[in-house]
Amino acid sequence: MQGPILVFAESSGSEFRKSAFEAVTEARRLADLSKTEVHALSIGHRIRDQASSLGKFGADRVSVADDESLKLFQPDFYRQIALDLAKKINPGVILLPATSTGKDLAPRLAIHLNTVVATECTELEIRDDDLVATRPAYAGKVLLKVKMKGKPKVATLRPNVFTAKEKVPAINPPIEHLSFEKPTTKITMKEFVTHGAKKQDLTEAAVIVSGGRGMGGPENYKILEELASVMGGVVGASRASVDAGWRPHSDQVGQTGRTVSPTLYIACGISGAIQHRVGMINSKVIVAINKDPEAPIFGFADYGIVGDLFEVVPALTQEMKKYYGKN
Amino acid sequence: MCVRRVPDTATRIKLAPDGKSILTSDAEFVINPYEEYSLEQGVQLKEKHGGEVTVLALGPEKSTSVILKALALGADRAIHLKSENFPDDPSAVARAIATELKSAEFDVLLFGKKGVDDDNQQVGSMVAELLGVPCITQIVKLEISDGKALAHREVEGGAIVVETTLPSAFTAEKDLTVPRYASLRELVAARKKPIRVKEPQPFPGMLEIVSVQYPPPRPPGRVLGKGVEAVPVLVKVLHEEAKVI
Repeated sequence: MQGPILVFAESSGSEFRKSAFEAVTEARRLADLSKTEVHALSIGHRIRDQASSLGKFGADRVSVADDESLKLFQPDFYRQIALDLAKKINPGVILLPATSTGKDLAPRLAIHLNTVVATECTELEIRDDDLVATRPAYAGKVLLKVKMKGKPKVATLRPNVFTAKEKVPAINPPIEHLSFEKPTTKITMKEFVTHGAKKQDLTEAAVIVSGGRGMGGPENYKILEELASVMGGVVGASRASVDAGWRPHSDQVGQTGRTVSPTLYIACGISGAIQHRVGMINSKVIVAINKDPEAPIFGFADYGIVGDLFEVVPALTQEMKKYYGKN
Repeated sequence: MCVRRVPDTATRIKLAPDGKSILTSDAEFVINPYEEYSLEQGVQLKEKHGGEVTVLALGPEKSTSVILKALALGADRAIHLKSENFPDDPSAVARAIATELKSAEFDVLLFGKKGVDDDNQQVGSMVAELLGVPCITQIVKLEISDGKALAHREVEGGAIVVETTLPSAFTAEKDLTVPRYASLRELVAARKKPIRVKEPQPFPGMLEIVSVQYPPPRPPGRVLGKGVEAVPVLVKVLHEEAKVI
């Protein structure tokens, strides 16, 4: 694998995403194994001053394209900047976070570089000087190990799976400011609209409190919102409750929704159908609260409480308040 | 509008003895769910603005079932790029589709955001890049007027409102539309609609599968108790044993 590792360090507003640090850390690990350099690329607006922080996670050098027109991900602009840099530095590997931006950008780069993408990887390894990527397929019902023909090897990394680790001592990387000349484009990014007050996305949350059919109706999610808020988490939902119109699709965990890997997943009134299971099985710890002791979810949850969620969840919220009050 | 045939999401997946592929012989096959949303979008655009919906599928003889389903749901005609052993590879599939579409005229090109089988999520934007048309991925809303499209692209924590000119490509997220059901009459009528069958241009696969395995099972968990009495125990084990709070 000749050439540096190019890693796309995604930002949101004027901050890097956590998944950017995860990707840079993993790039560093691979670069040490194959004795090459980590070249980070940052594209955004007012991100320039943050660029050197990528050195803490192992970037040897950083290229930054900073322009107001790059504030929101614009596929034509981002593709052009990343492609120009890739053609210049001729990387052996390109890593991107498997976010909405990374998963949009990666195939666009790959097709122009005559290669392909390993999507949403959960593990990368070097075997015989080649990159072997582990990635879930069929929503995680199976794990594939894949190799890519062609160069560079392009992979997107599932958020929350790789650990961001600061390197000691930190690198003080040289920063190159890329001049950006807008290519002609037919796409105008107009504005960002939120779904509500939600600050965190499911895929990036450390704690998810999820509700299923057992919630009985949209008004009852309030008790989950309260528990999530005490724990600094967000609320998710099963397909049944999304299809019933109780929650937006963006909350759905499962095969046709989000795949999540939080530290703690609390499933309330969720039976644990395979469709749901595959979306949350990689959570570090799973807690199930369900009144049916035969529910399949108890077969793969780490801890279970058999009981009425309308009693158990508020009691858990109170107990967590006490816990966080003390700690 | 492109559709593909995938195993139903409720299917249990079996590994083949070679350790490199998946047995699909007893799986139930359906239209890829994300393409049900994009197909419905295509049909709704036709109902509102006129025009014609052509459905394109690359796949084996057996893909005929999803083509007929798409025709029953409102597509007018179909192109079947028929191949029994085309590489299951996003870049090869994208190149074959782009080759077919190079001389086609269209205003809107629709894909599902990904296939629920291999989850690669690449074909739609690769085709658009090869054709040099704008592509907006993961859309949950699409409105067309005066040669322009306004789409909502779902992202972390919200959506981005995007404007583009036609022709453009879009890949559908789940919330885009509510797919309709086909009546028996429509299923019968679909058999009379034209399907053009031809061979896809061959392209080599770029992804090589080294191995396929089931994910490691989770160690068995335990039920801590019943009702609210178990709550303090749960908080204790989450802190002391699991160390996640």
